[in-house]
Amino acid sequence: MEAAVAATERRAPTFLRAARAAAATTPLALLLVSPSLDAGVLAEDRTDALYHSYDGGGVQVTGPSLLVRKGDNKQFSGALNYYVDNISSASVDVVTQGSPYSEKRSEWSGSVDYLHADTTMTAGYTRSDESDYQANTFSFSISQSMFGELTTVTLGYSRGFDDISSNVDAAVDESADHQNYHVSLSQVLSKNLLLSLNYDAVTDEGFLRNPYRRVYVLDDPNDPNGLANFNTPERYPSTRTSNALSANFLYYLPYRASLKLGYRYYADDWDISAHTVDLRYTHPLGSRWLFDVGARYYQQTRADFYADLFQRPDQQNFMARDKELSEFKDYSLGFGVTYNLLKKPYGFIDKATLNFNYDRIWFKYDDFSDVSGGGPAAQAPLYEFDADVMRFYGSIWY
Amino acid sequence: MKFSGQLLAILGAVSLSACSGVEPWVKPYERAHLADPIMSFSRNPVADDFASHVYQVREGARGAEGGHGGGCGCN
Repeated sequence: MEAAVAATERRAPTFLRAARAAAATTPLALLLVSPSLDAGVLAEDRTDALYHSYDGGGVQVTGPSLLVRKGDNKQFSGALNYYVDNISSASVDVVTQGSPYSEKRSEWSGSVDYLHADTTMTAGYTRSDESDYQANTFSFSISQSMFGELTTVTLGYSRGFDDISSNVDAAVDESADHQNYHVSLSQVLSKNLLLSLNYDAVTDEGFLRNPYRRVYVLDDPNDPNGLANFNTPERYPSTRTSNALSANFLYYLPYRASLKLGYRYYADDWDISAHTVDLRYTHPLGSRWLFDVGARYYQQTRADFYADLFQRPDQQNFMARDKELSEFKDYSLGFGVTYNLLKKPYGFIDKATLNFNYDRIWFKYDDFSDVSGGGPAAQAPLYEFDADVMRFYGSIWY
Repeated sequence: MKFSGQLLAILGAVSLSACSGVEPWVKPYERAHLADPIMSFSRNPVADDFASHVYQVREGARGAEGGHGGGCGCN
């Protein structure tokens, strides 16, 4: 049992795997190199120092993020970002399949924008490192402003190359490739209303599962009310293709405040489909304070090879018990406060702010059971948990 | 991928029509509200990317987080 315990102590849970996927397959990586809505204007020179904290479901993640952006005020702007996740996990998967563990993931990103007339081209690179997973992502995007700068179209592409190993099994030497095609349209609809349409197609190929996670299988396939075990590794398809489309509106209210409404539809060939709705209200107070309140709702269907409980170890070709592939919903409420430190520029600093954001998220799973209490699998309650997410950061513009 | 092909075709047509010289229907002097920092889809990219990341790692969906950028080309 010693090996099994060690394995789960160092297992990279969904959080890490998905974190790497996020870094590698764009959403995150591509966003980092995306130019602003205005293709004809370089992004502002600024530096942000952020501390983030996540606490939920037995998982704590904290760490810094530092972004420095500087341009020549003419044609070029460069950005560097350093990001760290310090993870301490006793998640429901870890508790049921092993022992709590701690790990660190660090990520470097760099990008360069080149502005020519109404066109901005951006090239970027991201590297993510942890003990059993390395990801390299290259990205490129081009934005064109048109119709008197009322419309901006952006096309983007990124490609990621991941190397996956195991901290307990030297035989695991796998790889995964990711490609992301991105199209977005930003549109001024009226003097008070903006629209942003976004589309991403993502394809993955290679080793897409977590090498440590196992499925839950009945000890006796003829006794559905009996005990079950975690002796069978997950088996995933080697490809995945997804499409996501979102529409976001931002409206300037009759008084000085704004309202954002967003909707996203997602579908992939693992049979997961998802809907996301989010709302944000921003309200300034005087010249120094800015308040945000927001709400978000998300729901998804399960992957066709996911099951909370399998009858037999060879029940089907592909088998998964990753709760992110199950049917579930989550919703969140949050607020943010921004304080402007300077009434007027000070030295080379044009503007400086201190910011705090808090979100609370509720996750409720429809077919993922909490089996940490032991006993017959069929009697385990459905899993649910809450998470507190905080961001504290300072920003300066120069 | 049929869906993405259709979308690209539509965007391509929009791009080509840009050559015909459309009059901006929101004049530069009418963009004061749009230039306000509160009219940015993402005022703070680092903080917003982290927020997206928190959801990405715990949900099956990915991509089209969107809504980045903002403003109106008033600079």
